[in-house]
Amino acid sequence: MKLDMIIAGVGGQGILSISAIIARAALKDGLHMKQAEVHGMAQRGGAVQSHLRLSDRPIHSDLIRQGSASLILAVEPMESLRYLPFLSRDGWLVTNSRPVENIDKYPDIIEVQEAIEQVERHVLFDADALAAEHGTRRCMNVAMLGAATPFIGLPEARLEEAIHDQFAEKGEQVIAVNLAVYRAARQLVRELTGQ
Amino acid sequence: MTKLLLLGDEAIAQGALDAGISGAYGYPGTPSTEIITYIQEVGADQGRKVHDIWSTNEKTALEEGLGMSYAGKRALVTMKHVGLNVAADCFMNAAITGVNGGLLILVADDPSMHSSQNEQDSRFFAKFAMIPLLEPHTQQEAYDMMRYGFELSEAVKLPVMVRVTTRLCHSRADVVRGEVLPEKPLSLSADRAQFILLPGNARRNYAALIARQPALVERSESSRYNEYIDGADKRLGILATGIAVNYLREVCDGESPHPVLSLRQYPVPVGLIRRLFEECDEILVMEEGMPLLEEQLVGLLPPAKAIHGRLDGSLPRTGELSPDVVGTALGLGTEPAFTVPGVVAMRPPKLCTGCAHAGTYTFLKQALARYEDPRVLSDIGCYTLGALSPYEAIDSCVDMGASITMAKGASDAGVHPAIAVIGDSTFTHSGITGLLDCVLEGSNVTILILDNDTTAMTGGQDSAGMSGRIDQICLGLGVEPEHLHVIDPLPRLADENAEVLVRELDYRGVSVVICRRVCIQAMNKRKKEAKLQA
Repeated sequence: MKLDMIIAGVGGQGILSISAIIARAALKDGLHMKQAEVHGMAQRGGAVQSHLRLSDRPIHSDLIRQGSASLILAVEPMESLRYLPFLSRDGWLVTNSRPVENIDKYPDIIEVQEAIEQVERHVLFDADALAAEHGTRRCMNVAMLGAATPFIGLPEARLEEAIHDQFAEKGEQVIAVNLAVYRAARQLVRELTGQ
Repeated sequence: MTKLLLLGDEAIAQGALDAGISGAYGYPGTPSTEIITYIQEVGADQGRKVHDIWSTNEKTALEEGLGMSYAGKRALVTMKHVGLNVAADCFMNAAITGVNGGLLILVADDPSMHSSQNEQDSRFFAKFAMIPLLEPHTQQEAYDMMRYGFELSEAVKLPVMVRVTTRLCHSRADVVRGEVLPEKPLSLSADRAQFILLPGNARRNYAALIARQPALVERSESSRYNEYIDGADKRLGILATGIAVNYLREVCDGESPHPVLSLRQYPVPVGLIRRLFEECDEILVMEEGMPLLEEQLVGLLPPAKAIHGRLDGSLPRTGELSPDVVGTALGLGTEPAFTVPGVVAMRPPKLCTGCAHAGTYTFLKQALARYEDPRVLSDIGCYTLGALSPYEAIDSCVDMGASITMAKGASDAGVHPAIAVIGDSTFTHSGITGLLDCVLEGSNVTILILDNDTTAMTGGQDSAGMSGRIDQICLGLGVEPEHLHVIDPLPRLADENAEVLVRELDYRGVSVVICRRVCIQAMNKRKKEAKLQA
């Protein structure tokens, strides 16, 4: 088993919670893991990314090589494009379509979507809306995790267990809402891609 | 043992706790901050109530750590690379005094300047001070090197530097804990002259430090952390320092076909390097940082064999290493399948919504509107983002505390108004002495202290300037009470705040305007914590 993925977003969107859930699942499976994060200045509303690597063999580098990530998971559409050189030719781009317009000249969202659609294997959907419909908007990250699940390579049951553990301290209600959002996004991507 | 998933910083912290430290000392600075925050979070839960309070700056931190070592106990001191400049006085002299209890000086460098003003390589400092240096290449090794480092420090009676870089600090990996050692008992140095660096003693200690160098090199030659890994293809030999070997293994899909010297303990093991040099036709030097070893190998005169690295362009001259630049240097580069579409715009960091600094910059610009080309000398912190759009309100960011002293120098040169903008934590770190200079000379400066009651940029650590003491400090230094103001930088108070500032800009002496409002992030965090406790 080997997964090289980039998680991308804007500082403050909480992309690290996505990798924390994947990490829980991976550790239970006894996999090796490396995950490079961004701390410090860029966290203040700037572009942030995380390199997440899983393997059943020891992993050497904390960073992924260009052209070798099998998955880019982005919680913001323009940010999904920033790390495209890391994506392998047959990799998947899974992104939220809801923009975070915290800069002066945010590009035309239509052009951003067109650029995303240039990547043959992509999943583009409004994760904020899906999360709101099935729970609360705060579960947007879990919706993204659900949409990326078929491309991560870990069993769904393991990821659901990890979501359960991640929110255990917050009570049954919070766990249930997150699982509902996760399953709805998982179902959506099945319909969109057949995966 | 169970696997923990730890940041490099957290592995260092756990390693230090398990190695029996009695204290951790430091000042927050990316990428080193999470070491002490981890000790604060887990130390007590693990039954280890060690010293873990932030120090006022890196110099006080190192001196406090040296004091703990003086008392025979183990101390970890942490800082970012530029923090070592602040601590350099103690650092250089601690090499001359030597230690009693083990002393590890953890310095986190930031090549590529992700969150820093420069990318200086702290290995130069270890060489300068002639002390051993350890450079872990994995999170597990960072954990292991804490115990090893303390034992080394006590064996050679010297402080030991542990140098890490951003990628290791801020990357998580699985780590297995080892044995948990108890703290050392209190035990003062038997040699009372050891720490008295009067010239007579200092000369003796310095001679002893120099005499000890061959023994330190000998330890490096046989260290488990300096590995010579033979390879069949001897057309090239690779010298890889610190984490560089990870990238090498990544691009070679395991072990390199060429002989590799993976170097993680210094002083430089000359014998191992000579072996690589003699066995291989050419040498490629891969250093995560500046070309320290490469420069030594190349020397001033043409070397006997071709030496490749950052100096000849095989690797980029600046910035951190990556699997891509290492792959390119070995002719194993890959072409990406996709490029970044032109539609992607830059997204630089910015002040948070509701940040008090935004209100400060609003009234500051309002007050300065009547001057032609006014300049504002500023400092290191979140408020440095005031240099960017939409504020464009400050004109400098050099080193901790330089706002006040540069404003004074500019004023001495005839600049008016001479304005400094500095945060509360930066003020207590290194601004107080500069303000004392201003007061002593009655300089014509106006100083804005942005008091948000925390060290915000690094994630909200407690600072020495907390609890509203900044005004008392200023008065104590001799700022006149009628020229010391505490204001609330709320945007709706901009007009009256600008009036206060205009009056003080007209005053030809030292004025201090404290803009006091809690950091929005810190406030939310404190509310959450209060709710949890209720």
